Amino acid sequence: MTFEEQYAAYRRKKRWYAGLFCALFALCLAISWVTAKFDPLTLLAGLPRTTEFLVKLVPPIGLSTFGADLREWYWDGAKWMESLLSTLLMAYLATVLGTLLGGFLSFFAARNLAQRYAIYWITRRVLEIARTVPDIVWALLFIIAFGIGPLAGILAITVHTVGAQGKLFAEVNENISPLPIDGVRASGGGWLQVMRFAVLPQVLPNYMSYTFWRMELNVRSATIVGFVGAGGIGHDLFTSVQLLYFADAGAILLIVVATVMLIDILSERFRHSAIGRASFA
Amino acid sequence: MSIRLSSLTVEDVAAARGQLPRAFSATPQERVKFWIFWGANGALTLYCLYRFGFLSGDFLHGMAKFGSVVVAQLFPPAGWGHMPEFLKAMGETIAMAFIGTLLGAVFALPLSFLASRNMTRSRPVQFGTRRFADLLRAFDYLIWALIFVRAVGLGPLAGIMAIAIVETGTFIKLYSEAIENLDRKQVDGIAAAGGNGLQRIRFGVLPQVLPMMLSNTLYMFEHNVRSASILGIVGAGGIGFLLADRLRAYALQEACTIIILVILAVYAIDWISKMLRERLIGDHRRREPVDDAVQA
Repeated sequence: MTFEEQYAAYRRKKRWYAGLFCALFALCLAISWVTAKFDPLTLLAGLPRTTEFLVKLVPPIGLSTFGADLREWYWDGAKWMESLLSTLLMAYLATVLGTLLGGFLSFFAARNLAQRYAIYWITRRVLEIARTVPDIVWALLFIIAFGIGPLAGILAITVHTVGAQGKLFAEVNENISPLPIDGVRASGGGWLQVMRFAVLPQVLPNYMSYTFWRMELNVRSATIVGFVGAGGIGHDLFTSVQLLYFADAGAILLIVVATVMLIDILSERFRHSAIGRASFA
Repeated sequence: MSIRLSSLTVEDVAAARGQLPRAFSATPQERVKFWIFWGANGALTLYCLYRFGFLSGDFLHGMAKFGSVVVAQLFPPAGWGHMPEFLKAMGETIAMAFIGTLLGAVFALPLSFLASRNMTRSRPVQFGTRRFADLLRAFDYLIWALIFVRAVGLGPLAGIMAIAIVETGTFIKLYSEAIENLDRKQVDGIAAAGGNGLQRIRFGVLPQVLPMMLSNTLYMFEHNVRSASILGIVGAGGIGFLLADRLRAYALQEACTIIILVILAVYAIDWISKMLRERLIGDHRRREPVDDAVQA
C-alpha cells in the first residue's frame, strides 16, 4: 500500500469517527431538548425579565444622597453581618471537624497504609457516599433530627468534607516516598516516630493546601444550606427573595460575593505559601 | 563538611548543630509562631463548638434522634411504584446538565480568547473578561437558580440558565488557561505561511487546545449532573424537587430510593465521561487541572 492510500484510509477512518461522534452528540442534544422542555423562545422571553429582576436588586442610589441611600439599602446591615459571621464560623467548624475525621479515615483509605483490603474497600465506599450525596441533602436529613438551625448545616457540610478530605488525603498518603520511612525505621524509630518524622513532613503541606481549598468551598456551601433552613446568611437571602424584598436580596448578594471573592484570594495566597514550603521540604 | 559516619561522635553532632542550627530544630521564633497558630485555631474551634451548641445535651439528643429516626427509617428503600416518575425526573436532571453545560461552553468559547493573555493585546479587555468570569462563578448554582426561578418561573429552564451562567464563568477560566499554555510555534507557522487571524485560530490554536477543552467540558458535565440534582430544591427542575418534597414529608424510604438513584446515575455518568476523557487526552494518571475551578 502506498503512503497516499494509507493516508486516505486514515482520513476516512477519522472522518467516520467524527461523523459518528457528531451523530451521537446530536442525538443526546435532541433527547435533552425534549426531556428538559427546552425552548429558546421562552429563554429569550425570560431574558428581559431577568434583567428587570437584576435591576430591582439595586435600589436607586443618588450621588448627592449617597450615604443616606446606602444606609437605607443596608437598613438591616447589623443582622446580615451577624449572619455572615455565623456563616463563616459554620464553614470553619465544618472544615476543622471534617478534616480531622477525614484525615483519620484517609489512613485506612490509602492502599499502602491500610492493613486489610476489606478495611480499605469499606472506608473508600463510605467516603464516596459521604461526598456523592450533596451537602444540601445531608442538611435536609440533619434538619429532621436537629431542627432548623446552623447545627444541621454544620453537620451536613462536615459529612461532605469528611468524604472529600478522606479521598484527597488518601491519595496524598498513597503518593509518599517510602525512603524516609525506611530511614527512620533503620535508625530505630517506632511507629509513632515513623509517622511524625517520615510521613507527616511529606503529607502536611498538601493537607494544608487541600484544607484551605476546602475552607473556600465550605464558605460557599455555608451560604446555601440556609435555603433549606440550616442556618447562615442563605436563610436571610432565601427569605428576602421569597417575600419579594428584592433590594434586601441584592444587598445580601453583594455581601456574599464580596466574601466569597475575598476568601478565594486569601485562600489562594495561603495555598501557594503552603505548597511553596512543600517544594523546599 | 567531611564527617565519616563510622566515627561520628557526640562532639561532631554538636559541631554540626552549631554550624547548621535550623537543620536540627526550629528557631524559638518559629516555635512561637507554630504555637500561636495552632493555639488560636484550637481556641476558635472550641468557641464554635460552644456557640453552635455542640457542647450541650441537645447535641447528643439530636445525634440519638438522627440514629433512631433518620438512619433507621431510611432503610429499606421503598416507593418502587413511583419509579417511572423518579426516572423521568432523573432524565430531566441529566438533560438540564447537558444543555446548561453546552450553552456555557458556547458562550465561553469566544470570550475565552478575549480572556487569554497571548491572544488579546489589550490588557484591560483581557483583565476585565477574567474578572467578569470570576463574578459569574462567585455565586453558587443554587443562588443563580433562586434568581432565575423568580425571573422565568418554576421549571427546568431556570436550572438550565443557572448552570449555563456558572459554566460560562468556569469555562472562560479553563479555556483561557488552556489557550495560554499553547505552543506558539504552530501559530507562527500558519502566520508565516500567510494565514489570517481566523486561519491562525483554526489551524494553529484549535488543534492544540481542543482535546483539553473537550475533556474539561466533559468533566464539568459530570460535575453538573450532581449540581442539577439539587437545583429542584428551590424549584428549578430536576429530581431535587421530588427529593426535597419526600424529605420534608418524612417519606424517608422513598427519599432513600431517590438518593440511590442519583448516586447510581452519577456513577454511570462519571464512568462514561472518564472513558471518553481518557480517549481524548490519553494519560489517565494525569491530575485533573480543573479541580481548582470546580466546587465539588
